[in-house]
Amino acid sequence: MDLELWNLAYSLPELVMTGGSLFLLLLGVFRSGRHTMSVATLLVIGITALSLRNVPEGVTFSGMFVVDGYSNFFKWVFLVSAALTVLVSGRYLESRQENHGEYYALLTSATLGMMVMASAADLISLYVGLELMALSTYVLAGFLRNRTRSNESALKYFLMGSFSSGLLLYAISLMYGFTGKTSLTAIAAAVSDGDLAGNPLVMVALLMFVAAFGFKIAAAPFHMWAPDVYEGAPTPVTAFMSVGPKAAGFAVLARVFTVALEPLQTEWTQLLSVVAVFTMAVGNVIALSQTNIKRMLAYSSIAHAGYALLGVIAGTAEGLSSVMNYMMIYAFMNIGAFSVLILLDRQGTDVEQLEDLKGLSKTKPVLAFLMLIFMFSLTGIPPTAGFIGKFYVFVAALKAGHTGLVIWAVVFSAISAYYYLRVVKLMYMEAPAPEATGPVEVSLSTRLAVTVALAGVLVIGLYPDILLGVSMTARQLF
Amino acid sequence: MLPELLFFYFAIAITGLSLLVVTRRNPVHSVLWMLLLFFHIAALYVLLNAELMAAVQVIVYAGAILVLFLFVVLLLDLKKEVEDEPYVDGWPVGIALALALFLSIGVTIHALEPAAPGAYTVAKIQSLTHPVAVGEKLYTEFLFPFEVVSMVLLVAVVGAIVLAKRKLKE
Repeated sequence: MDLELWNLAYSLPELVMTGGSLFLLLLGVFRSGRHTMSVATLLVIGITALSLRNVPEGVTFSGMFVVDGYSNFFKWVFLVSAALTVLVSGRYLESRQENHGEYYALLTSATLGMMVMASAADLISLYVGLELMALSTYVLAGFLRNRTRSNESALKYFLMGSFSSGLLLYAISLMYGFTGKTSLTAIAAAVSDGDLAGNPLVMVALLMFVAAFGFKIAAAPFHMWAPDVYEGAPTPVTAFMSVGPKAAGFAVLARVFTVALEPLQTEWTQLLSVVAVFTMAVGNVIALSQTNIKRMLAYSSIAHAGYALLGVIAGTAEGLSSVMNYMMIYAFMNIGAFSVLILLDRQGTDVEQLEDLKGLSKTKPVLAFLMLIFMFSLTGIPPTAGFIGKFYVFVAALKAGHTGLVIWAVVFSAISAYYYLRVVKLMYMEAPAPEATGPVEVSLSTRLAVTVALAGVLVIGLYPDILLGVSMTARQLF
Repeated sequence: MLPELLFFYFAIAITGLSLLVVTRRNPVHSVLWMLLLFFHIAALYVLLNAELMAAVQVIVYAGAILVLFLFVVLLLDLKKEVEDEPYVDGWPVGIALALALFLSIGVTIHALEPAAPGAYTVAKIQSLTHPVAVGEKLYTEFLFPFEVVSMVLLVAVVGAIVLAKRKLKE
């Protein structure tokens, strides 16, 4: 491993993103039409993606920053979700008179924070990356400044997020007290040298890590904020929040647990198993009783965090690569589902009640069919990508010997079919409400986003090797 | 013995003062209690031989940030805090969780085995002087997080303006 003081080549994508974010902030002052801003943001994301393709792998910034296949894969997930979010945002914000340049700057800085998190090889850089992501998303959640629910969403997210940051810092300071180190690999070495595995205070630190990361990925019992925040935030931001920060949370959770806390694997496996089952139960069961689609998708997003946790619990390279796949697939299908909702937008009012989807197949057959595919994918029905994602996570958990957990996961997946397919039933088997025959929003970019999401869901579903090949080679460099 | 006594005084005072900060109805009182709180925290840094941190705490927090707070409170003429229905009615649960956290740390804290001290001993820092020691670390080993923090601060400024400004450019 090359431990130079600093080598900017490794962090080129982050540098491009930083520059791009600052550029967007300035551009927004002069021209903030939605077309200009969307195109400029996509350009920034595109250049970042180009630089990500050729970035060398290694460790730099005195061991603070690591570039490996794992971090690069997650960065792709972040870029994909950011790009899709940009596509669905312009029209939505404009119809609410809130299309400001700052939105795009904050979106890119949130993405930058996630990229820093994915590459963090040290608890300090992990924390600053996390704060960068979190602060940007708090503001994005409250971006509809004149709507109380958006304000409430931002405030709740901020308070709960700060609390979880506090827990994370406490955990970091405890680990630092024990080991005198903040680097993940150095902590692992110090924990196994000092034989700290049975120490009760280390267990407290471990619990705090689980709680802090649990908040970020919205795992039960740390999920309480998610439904309210997802419901109140602008729909494009909800789509972004339920994918990007969650994937970033998984990226750091898996890295911290499998690298720094590797000597404590038995302990955290048990802890995470309890959290995973509880998360799947809470997410899927409460989703059954929701009448608001955004809330339903919030609980569904909680449930999906539960499934993906199985890959981390497996703890194997295969498990990690299955989590990576899952996050990429989830990005496509979840943002896809939210994009359909945005396309149904009625002149500045969200379509968010399940009732609003009644008879959609008669009034807007194409949108209904798209929603059907995304719902199938979220349920995990082949040949959609959702099936591939779940399948590999479950197989990885099975191979690692967690049969009980997989049985629970399958049971809860079956339960989830009820509320996903209820959407389909409402769209295809009910008569439309008389007032629901308004024209479809003609937003080219939102349509493009839906098409890309659809292509992602179907292509990965039919030819999973494309994604699996990438993540398999990626995970070996972990 | 004296350092321990001082530590306990400051620790207890900090806890009490933070409670005062969040429970006062009058924002001006809250801010003034916070001023006192910041001085106590600075004293803790002095006890830890971190004189630079103590100075920064007083200058930046007590000096700059708090004065800014006071300005805002006075400018907005907030005589009373805005009252609103609580979003969640969870006092008992919150208190139970806080107590559980406190107890679990309380009964396990004795198990802390501090790591061996690093290269920067008190004597070394004294010979280097504090700003030099902190600067050396900050601009070499911690360069990367230091730079990311600048983005965090920028986002905080932009976010505050976005959320608070009445009219933004379309």
